Amino acid sequence: MNYLNAGYGLKSWLLTLDHKRVAWLYFISITGFFFLGGAAATLVRLELITPAGDLLSSDAYNQMFSLHGIVMVWFFLIPSIPATMGNFLLPLMLGARDMAFPRLNLLSWYVFILGGLFTLTAVIAGGIDTGWTFYTPYSTMFSNGAVLAAATGVFIVGFSSILTGINFIVTTHKMRAPGLTWFRLPLFVWAQYATSLIMVLATPVLSITLVLLGVERAFGIGIFDPALGGDPILFEHLFWFYSHPAVYIMLLPAMGVVSEVIACFAHKRIFGYKVMAFSILAIALFGFLVWGHHMFVSGQSIYAGVAFSLLSFLVSVPSALKIFNWLATLYKGHIRFDAPMLFALSFIGLFLIGGLTGVFVATLALDIQMHDTYFVVAHFHYIMVGGMVSAYMAGLHFWWPKITGRLYPEMWARVSAIIVFAGFNLTFFPQFILGWAGMPRRYHAYAEEFQLLNVFSSAGAGMLAVGYLLPLLYLIWSLRYGAHASGDPWDARGLEWTVASPPPKENFAAIPRVDREAYAYDTPQ
Amino acid sequence: MAEADDKWQLLLFPDAASSISGQVDALFWAMVVACGLVVALVFLLLLVFGIRYRRGSPASRRSSPLLYHNRWLEIGWSIPVLAAFLFFFGWGALLYVEILDPPVPEDGQVRRVNVIGKQWMWKFQHPEGIREINDLHVALGQTVRLRMTSQDVIHSFFVPAFRIKQDVLPQTYTRLQFTPTKVGRFDLYCAEYCGLSHSGMVGEVVVMPPSEFQGWLARRARPGTPEQDGERLFRQYGCSGCHGDASSVRAPDLAGLYGKPVPLQSGGTVTADAQYLRDSIIFPSKHVVAGYRPIMPSFKDQISEEDLLKLTAYIQSLTPEEPDAP
Repeated sequence: MNYLNAGYGLKSWLLTLDHKRVAWLYFISITGFFFLGGAAATLVRLELITPAGDLLSSDAYNQMFSLHGIVMVWFFLIPSIPATMGNFLLPLMLGARDMAFPRLNLLSWYVFILGGLFTLTAVIAGGIDTGWTFYTPYSTMFSNGAVLAAATGVFIVGFSSILTGINFIVTTHKMRAPGLTWFRLPLFVWAQYATSLIMVLATPVLSITLVLLGVERAFGIGIFDPALGGDPILFEHLFWFYSHPAVYIMLLPAMGVVSEVIACFAHKRIFGYKVMAFSILAIALFGFLVWGHHMFVSGQSIYAGVAFSLLSFLVSVPSALKIFNWLATLYKGHIRFDAPMLFALSFIGLFLIGGLTGVFVATLALDIQMHDTYFVVAHFHYIMVGGMVSAYMAGLHFWWPKITGRLYPEMWARVSAIIVFAGFNLTFFPQFILGWAGMPRRYHAYAEEFQLLNVFSSAGAGMLAVGYLLPLLYLIWSLRYGAHASGDPWDARGLEWTVASPPPKENFAAIPRVDREAYAYDTPQ
Repeated sequence: MAEADDKWQLLLFPDAASSISGQVDALFWAMVVACGLVVALVFLLLLVFGIRYRRGSPASRRSSPLLYHNRWLEIGWSIPVLAAFLFFFGWGALLYVEILDPPVPEDGQVRRVNVIGKQWMWKFQHPEGIREINDLHVALGQTVRLRMTSQDVIHSFFVPAFRIKQDVLPQTYTRLQFTPTKVGRFDLYCAEYCGLSHSGMVGEVVVMPPSEFQGWLARRARPGTPEQDGERLFRQYGCSGCHGDASSVRAPDLAGLYGKPVPLQSGGTVTADAQYLRDSIIFPSKHVVAGYRPIMPSFKDQISEEDLLKLTAYIQSLTPEEPDAP
């Protein structure tokens, strides 16, 4: 008897209070959104093969990159790891039988789906062409798209984040098994905890901003439009006050996953555990103080720009520390290169490049050139796709046997990891050069000298599509045909590996007692 | 093959055609080298550890507590990282302030050009009254100071070859200064997404040798500088009815006003820069001058951005010595 065969029928899934089944609801929905956003990106990359805007109309092109951004940010990246693996694993890692608030957990999924439906309605009812950033006064007074419906969708989905965040925070505080002290927690839990803090503190600011945007657009009350006495820079401040920390909502869980995977596949305790835990908290804290680095040429005071630049450099220090600590974890390990490890190593390499190019755009004089060019596009895709999605794939493969009770086909998974890594670099590395040479982002047609690199980029996007479709196929295949997995197929440490795969409905027959630190790879499980 | 080389040359070493572009490039390449070394180091270590400590390899793994925690190592790699970051932060910040808050050139000569962005074109007003759309002609070596505004949404004035960019905002004046150092035609892009034909909001900055530029000016000459046009508009819109010398209405005197601090009815002071003059015409209740009643009517939606820039230029010309204000 496990959580999968504990009940059948639609009702047993749609009304479930089991955190593991809620995780499945999220898995299925965000996979749908991922491929929807991916389809939009495919059209964008197809259009950009030629300099002239010839495949799509300008309007359709603008709608496609907006759809891509909105869906990927709010309906895939933000929920991704927390809502799926976080939901599934947090109680298991804490030695608990469920979340602190199982009903709230299910509610947050329904809120998420409601927001998703609103956004899809917006797309069908006329499209949205503001970009995911909704800059005013374009979004409030000039765009003809269904801005209100899309903004309402994003507003609603924000509450899903907040509810998930509250649930994780309370669960981590109150549901830890006896003996599981804070410094015995897996880093994955630390990462989920810090992410939840950001979700709870930053998301309300976005909600309020979207309400103000809606009020201005619907009733013409001047808040951001200067023609009505408003201030468009105020919108930028409020938007980035949420949206910069949102980058860490995406990134911190990824760091948590990678720490688990590296420790397991190097079969060694993580190096500098406390430094790793505190650097997660430091990133979460500093992440709130750097939003102005999106506005170096916006017209905000240039001395504010100097302060934001300094703070942005400082937030890079804990990120650098994490990379060094992962490297040191590999030193004198017993490394094996299964697919989760390949994805995790990809994460380190791509996150390193994404982070260092982030330092380029944090450098004030360089950002004058790079702001709103493809350099920025490449930089944040290295962080969010190269970093975050690679970590998502690492985690998905790592815990797949635990979640489904089946092993995935290892050879195909390694092939997929390699295709994704190669395709990703081919897609996005040329964009650094394009941006430095001056190609602005969100351009439907572009100058001819930029064509060659755009062709590379589109070819890479084709590889990426293969690399992401492959796991969809073999993971579904493995649900029926994969070999049965034992409780601990990786010889890993952590409470989730002490129960059967898939776990029983109540997780633990008896609440475990914890008497040692996380990652005790030098002692048997 | 030579042509292909040129292509890469242009992408990796894009035209550097302004007084600051060389400095930006130096910073860029210094960071490419520094970061490239770090990337190489990390990838090398990944490779070496991956091979040497692969599962089942004979390499020694003698255990030690230092394998899991080493404070001096953590401090040892934090400090160089922090130091390098602070170094590049400082370099970038100094250059940024120099680019966006530039000193007046030594000879004191700046050419003031007004820029209006609208969906989806750039409009320019030269100090001689010449107007252009999408293309901006300038002289080699002459410092140009742009006063920019938008008629609708946010745009951004971006000339990659000059390494300059500044957002262009509605109802607000932003400024940008550059000194071209190379003759040629350089792409001008709108860099802030502004709707349907965003990618069509492009033009060229045409840099000419000074003598040719004088010829260009002479060919395009038309009567009326922005200041002269502004004086005519000052009467036409009825501004002179109250602000003129012979007026019986009590309104602030505009002669000698530009660049001076203005005490406000609400307390505090504001500097009478171009933005202040613009706000006083469009949103007169925003800053009421101390000692005056708020009787000035708003001219919102009645004066075009072109005319506003001319009026501002006229009022500015009533103050003899131009201070270094936007």
